[in-house]
Amino acid sequence: MRRIWAILITAVFLYFLIHDVLSIIPDFGNFDVFTRAVFDVIHKSTKDNYEPVEFKKSANREDGSANVVTSIVVNYRSFDTLGEVTVLFTAAFGVGILSTSLRRKSPLEFEEHFVLKISTGIILPLILLFGAYIFIHGHLTPGGGFPGGTVIALGMLLLMLSDKQFKITNVAKHTEQIAGSGYVIVGLLGMALSGVFLMNFLPTGVVGNLFSAGVVPIVYVLIGFKVGAELSSIISEMKEG
Amino acid sequence: MTDFAYWLKDVITDGIKLFYFLIGGVMIVFSIFAVEAKKIVDALIALSAVSLLSVLIFVMLKAPDVAITEAAVGSGLASAVMLFALWKTKVGEKK
Repeated sequence: MRRIWAILITAVFLYFLIHDVLSIIPDFGNFDVFTRAVFDVIHKSTKDNYEPVEFKKSANREDGSANVVTSIVVNYRSFDTLGEVTVLFTAAFGVGILSTSLRRKSPLEFEEHFVLKISTGIILPLILLFGAYIFIHGHLTPGGGFPGGTVIALGMLLLMLSDKQFKITNVAKHTEQIAGSGYVIVGLLGMALSGVFLMNFLPTGVVGNLFSAGVVPIVYVLIGFKVGAELSSIISEMKEG
Repeated sequence: MTDFAYWLKDVITDGIKLFYFLIGGVMIVFSIFAVEAKKIVDALIALSAVSLLSVLIFVMLKAPDVAITEAAVGSGLASAVMLFALWKTKVGEKK
């Protein structure tokens, strides 16, 4: 009976998806997204002449980041990102409270494996470097603070599985506090210097350089540290608590 | 361009479309397996396989941001957290 209901509900949902939604969406590739999304909406040149963006050439634009997604997430919709970081903090907080309030603790025990231990020593610096690359170059290449922090947390998970003695100490919590308050401080600095909370107050250099796009790299480095510390402490509390 | 080049282009675009349907079909099969599996560990592995296949589709639809996040969170971290929770419940049942 349960299965029949599930099939019926899925059929109704699929009918509405195919009939109402998919008939509006144009074919992939036949739709000129670039002109609509990038030039006409974000490039708001209502007064000046039309001026295309050139990599490594155009300077002092309103948003200096080469990655359009980042320029929306951290520049134009930065308050949303602050809320997202707060949601992640609340989740980590809840896991911490649940795992510390348990009466009987049962930490998971692993057998140390020799091959895993040696190969972790080789590959762990590369994983951490890749995570740091993702969040440092968040305004140039795809990626950003959230995936970079998650990659770093996965490196910590590998270290936890390979080494019995390894434990996440209070350093993770302090990193998280400092990075989270640093984001709010950047926002308050924007309010003090430019008048709007989380305003981009630094000069946005040449598009495509590492030091460009104003506060976007700073904010993404802070978010990367915060997400990495939070997710590592979530994993460690799931393992230890 | 000759006729042969046009023909080759048509074949390649059709192949890419076929690839979409192939990956989507395998994803549907894995998700049905995840619902119907007897052991919870098998369901977890099927879920992480669905995440990995959706990474391929995201890359093909030119959304590399989403693909990186899905690869790290969906198939790596979420599977690890759910596996730890599963082991913890098994430990609690024994005692």
